[in-house]
Amino acid sequence: MVKKTSLYNLHKKHNAKLVEFAGYEMPIQYKDGIIQEHKFTRSNCGIFDVSHMGQLFIYGKENLTKDLENIFPIDLKKLNLNQSKYSFLMDENACIYDDLIITKISDGYLIILNAACKENDLKIIKKKLNNKYNLQLNEELSLIALQGPEAKDILEKKVEGVSKLKFMNGGNFKFLDINIFITRSGYTGEDGFEISIKNNYAEKFVEEMLSNGSKMIGLGARDTLRMEAGLCLYGNDLDKNTTPIEANLKWAISKNRIDTEYPGSKIIKKQIQSGVEKIRVGIKPENRVIARGNTKIFNNDDKEIGKITSGTFGPSVDHSIAMGYVDNQYSDLNTKLFLEVRGKKIPANVCNLPFYKKNYVKGEINV
Amino acid sequence: MSDVKYSKEHEWLKLDGDIATIGITKHATEMLGDIVFAELPEKGSNVEKDGTAGVVESTKAASDVYTPISGEVVDTNQTIVDDPSKINADPEGEAWFFKLKIKDVKELDTLMNKDEYDKFAKESNQ
Repeated sequence: MVKKTSLYNLHKKHNAKLVEFAGYEMPIQYKDGIIQEHKFTRSNCGIFDVSHMGQLFIYGKENLTKDLENIFPIDLKKLNLNQSKYSFLMDENACIYDDLIITKISDGYLIILNAACKENDLKIIKKKLNNKYNLQLNEELSLIALQGPEAKDILEKKVEGVSKLKFMNGGNFKFLDINIFITRSGYTGEDGFEISIKNNYAEKFVEEMLSNGSKMIGLGARDTLRMEAGLCLYGNDLDKNTTPIEANLKWAISKNRIDTEYPGSKIIKKQIQSGVEKIRVGIKPENRVIARGNTKIFNNDDKEIGKITSGTFGPSVDHSIAMGYVDNQYSDLNTKLFLEVRGKKIPANVCNLPFYKKNYVKGEINV
Repeated sequence: MSDVKYSKEHEWLKLDGDIATIGITKHATEMLGDIVFAELPEKGSNVEKDGTAGVVESTKAASDVYTPISGEVVDTNQTIVDDPSKINADPEGEAWFFKLKIKDVKELDTLMNKDEYDKFAKESNQ
């Protein structure tokens, strides 16, 4: 059965076009459409319902930190209270089950998981922790993202002190009479926040943000925003056939974990030392043609050398944009590629990511 | 009587002598969402009724554009290639796609008039 989030009625009220996504009925867009929603987020403040994502709480003390380091390739001991980091759940071959954000909270850890992966992730993590800890995939909480340059001021009006948070840091705050947990993070390339709030307060919270000038934004614009920001989408750009090194996400592997053990650690170390055969790059077609996922990539000699994993039209960069995996020898900046779209070979070039320059607030980024 | 006719693939056709101007309907643009790319047939090429004669892409997906009748492409509207957002703004006016020299007028009989199309669009939307 298709699930609904606590904001379902609000989506309907705002004329959302609803689609099924990862087992949930979710808004793909509202009446303004994807381009307007995208631009509004870049210039003002968008609200995204991301309650379909998993909020996994794991409760425990020092031993938990040690045990989680056997699962995730990050230096959790160095993580401060309420600090977040991007990481991966991997198999023994360093292939990615899911990408996630892990935050240290006072009595353990909070891990934000992709909707389509969360149940499987829970099973894997539970098994790896030998059922020693209390794990809770909390369905009683909604997750709301507030993104854009005005997010800080709009949220501060209702949640005092929130504008002092540093990027990839969170904290407990008050909204009306309840506690909410907020992190400064997001998936758009803009400054913003993710708010974890009890389901029965979610609608009230969003209404407050709307009355302060924010607008509802659908998953369609969320996708174009994240692509411009060069961020990966699990299932497109990351999957069970790719490693973090191939995905060009080496920065997310903590340096002092490279020589230590975790699932896939041997492969990761080998790939860092001797390189990878395929690697994720940014790709810019030379005209407006959109090269979507699974578009074949060719070199100058008409040899197939890779595949596009995400592609769209970037409303803020006003250009067709894409990312994909190419044989490593074709990954240098400005390498000429050809994308096969509807039987034609479209010239394109390897380019830097992100396509759109990020506007994150300053903060510690130690990986 | 209106001289505009419509196809089940959501194209409109406007007659002027033996020349037909063709575009996609407002209903089609509403289903597609924001259009960000348009590809048109080559001037001078011949297109066959119900065959593909172009592509439009929205931020979400690509869709073929079909020609409701056969003929020779005598003109194309480059302004929508340069600025595809024009298609959403004025799909049944300024944002026409291409003009055909009609091959067989009998093919026009297979198309719908405005009332028939509006009914068809409403039903296909459900």
